[in-house]
Amino acid sequence: MNPVQNFEIFAPKLVDRKEYFSSGHRACQGCGEVLALRHILKALGDDVVVANATGCMEIISSGYPQTAWEVPYVHVAFENAAAAASGVEAALKALRRKGRIADRYVKTIAVAGDGGTADIGLQALSGAMERGHDMIFFCLDNEAYMNTGIQRSSATPYMAATTTSPAGQAIPGQRTQKKNVPEIMVAHRVPYVATACPSYPLDLISKVKKAAAVKGPSYIHVFSMCPTGWRCASEITIKIGRLAVETGVFPLYEVERGKYRLTMEVPEKLRPVGDYLKLQGRFRHLTPSDIEKIQDQVNREWEILLNKVECLQPW
Amino acid sequence: MGKRVGMEVAIAAAEAVALCNIDVAAVYPITPQSHIAEHMADIVHDGRIDAEFITVESEHSAISACAGASAAGARAYTATSSQGLMLMHEILPIVSAMRLPVCMANANRAVSGPLNIWNDHSDIMPQRDSGWICLFTENGQEVIDLSIMSFKIAEDPEVMLPCVVNIDGFQLTHMIEPFELPSQAEVAKFLPPRKPFAQLHPDNPISMGCFAMPDTYAETVKAKDVALRGAKKVVTRVFADWAKRFGRKYNVVETYKAKDADTLMLTMGSMGETASAAVDEMRKAGRKVGLVKLRLWRPFPVEEFKAAVAGCKTLIVMDRALSTGGAGGPVATDVKSVLYGEKKKPRVLNVIAGLGGRDLAVRDFENMFDLASKKKDETFEFYGVRE
Ligand SMILES: Cc1ncc(C[n+]2csc(CCOP(=O)(O)OP(=O)(O)O)c2C)c(N)n1
Ligand code: SF4
Repeated sequence: MNPVQNFEIFAPKLVDRKEYFSSGHRACQGCGEVLALRHILKALGDDVVVANATGCMEIISSGYPQTAWEVPYVHVAFENAAAAASGVEAALKALRRKGRIADRYVKTIAVAGDGGTADIGLQALSGAMERGHDMIFFCLDNEAYMNTGIQRSSATPYMAATTTSPAGQAIPGQRTQKKNVPEIMVAHRVPYVATACPSYPLDLISKVKKAAAVKGPSYIHVFSMCPTGWRCASEITIKIGRLAVETGVFPLYEVERGKYRLTMEVPEKLRPVGDYLKLQGRFRHLTPSDIEKIQDQVNREWEILLNKVECLQPW
Repeated sequence: MGKRVGMEVAIAAAEAVALCNIDVAAVYPITPQSHIAEHMADIVHDGRIDAEFITVESEHSAISACAGASAAGARAYTATSSQGLMLMHEILPIVSAMRLPVCMANANRAVSGPLNIWNDHSDIMPQRDSGWICLFTENGQEVIDLSIMSFKIAEDPEVMLPCVVNIDGFQLTHMIEPFELPSQAEVAKFLPPRKPFAQLHPDNPISMGCFAMPDTYAETVKAKDVALRGAKKVVTRVFADWAKRFGRKYNVVETYKAKDADTLMLTMGSMGETASAAVDEMRKAGRKVGLVKLRLWRPFPVEEFKAAVAGCKTLIVMDRALSTGGAGGPVATDVKSVLYGEKKKPRVLNVIAGLGGRDLAVRDFENMFDLASKKKDETFEFYGVRE
């Protein structure tokens, strides 16, 4: 049973009513990243420190002298959210041990966009995960550099049009496949790795809670719709997230100590990817044969994932 | 009292920092700094200090981790050199803008290319405007003393700025010298644990590192400048306090046989020692020469510098770096600007020397004196470079 269908019954019991990310921030209407952040913070509660990378979420939330953050927050630069969070985590540990701050467990989290995660921030992320810092790293993946004007990233999907991978006459959009950061994290032996999407808030929240319970590194890759960059109407943002999941474009799963598990109901047959692609301007230029190519890729990736779910054992 | 010890200067730098009750160190190795990183690791792994040692994957992450740690209220330390410092460059002005008193040792080394591991000042000069307090050391004792004092200066409520202690690579870092290492108790009295003005903790949630629109950015730049200039007063105060407690006296500008000199030589870092020996030699030969040494490079000690050079006719500035395509060495360029408005000012001659570890012996300083003295204009001159 999909709990989202019974949201009214479950929500008051499952979701914190308190807001940790206040309204009045400057995000676009229908922004999936900011919605994800709101849910993430609700799942974490008070005892948390956030290190944020440069990007949309920093710019819309922290224009001095205002702040949308009700929890301790630090932004240093674009590529170093994981490194800054490493320092925060180490400091909290040392200061707590030395009796200079309250003797209470506080979780450190790092938040970055797909650029700050998969591209320029990948080294710092890899370092922090390898060192085993007690932190959750959240990638808010809107599949491009939105803050600087919708340029491609290594998480931009095949053939999507961005301002640096335009749908030209010779080259129709992004030439490469989306980089699979969750897999890279699994390869780091990160004990808890998950994918999530704010279109499935309870799933997202329960994954964040699971990650928070890990004393060590964990990683959550959050598919975050961006009506501005994806060239779609802001009121269909939740629907687009659902379509991404239902078509298999972005499957929801978690990997606990190497054991894969799908966290959504597995349909008999995935919806055709065209349902997802046709609502977005960034895929407007695709021909039926392009869509077929993408469908093949999605099918293949889906098979690979199902194989892992079936075959891999926890370590 | 402290105890007399003999050890390598890089090791001593780590020992000095270990006396400072640091909470977090994040260091990435690079020649000629590596012995600091290694010895910090030894100290932490032997449980001699209670600190988190983060074995970061790069200098960029080292300084970023220090920023995070310092924002969370920790006393944070890092050390680097050359390419490592260049890799940190992006984060340095952010640390100072966030008013985080991170302290760092920089084992001065030439920057690539071509790759060169030996000493000059071309690594620190591009960081000159990053808002860090910038000190230069001449010998092992100074490395110990200034490393400890740097935390006290940086964390002063009037300052709250990061501080870099420059240690000439190899020429200083790898020397084995005798010096006095203060006792833990003495340092603890001099430097109590850090009391942060603000820190990241849920007990009092705050946002740090917010972005600024055009209506506030300029104000932050000015505030940082005011704080950095004001830091000179604190540096002087901490030096005086140190002298009282430990008996070793430091000045932001040091002079040697300068009072009656017609010609003064200006140096920074370890070459000051050789230059003093050269001054002694030239004095024996009856020449009225002396030496000025800048210990504090940022903030530039304008008044003390002017007082030190007042009365001399010629000032020869020795630069261990070049502003390529610019007006000469960075120190000389600065000095000229400082003196520009003065009614009575010395002729400023600039010699670029000792690049990439090129040795500078006593004889070289004498030669540079002769070379510079013959010069008609105030342009710069390379010393000892084959055509
Ligand atoms: C070193 C550096 N290079 C480039 C930039 C410019 N920049 C700021 S945010 C950004 C893209 C952010 O994209 P992403 O991480 O995907 O986050 P989003 O804005 O999409 O949430 C870029 C390129 C920067 N701040 N720093
Ligand atoms: S551009 Fe996209 S990610 Fe950025 S605030 Fe707008 S909707 Fe959100």
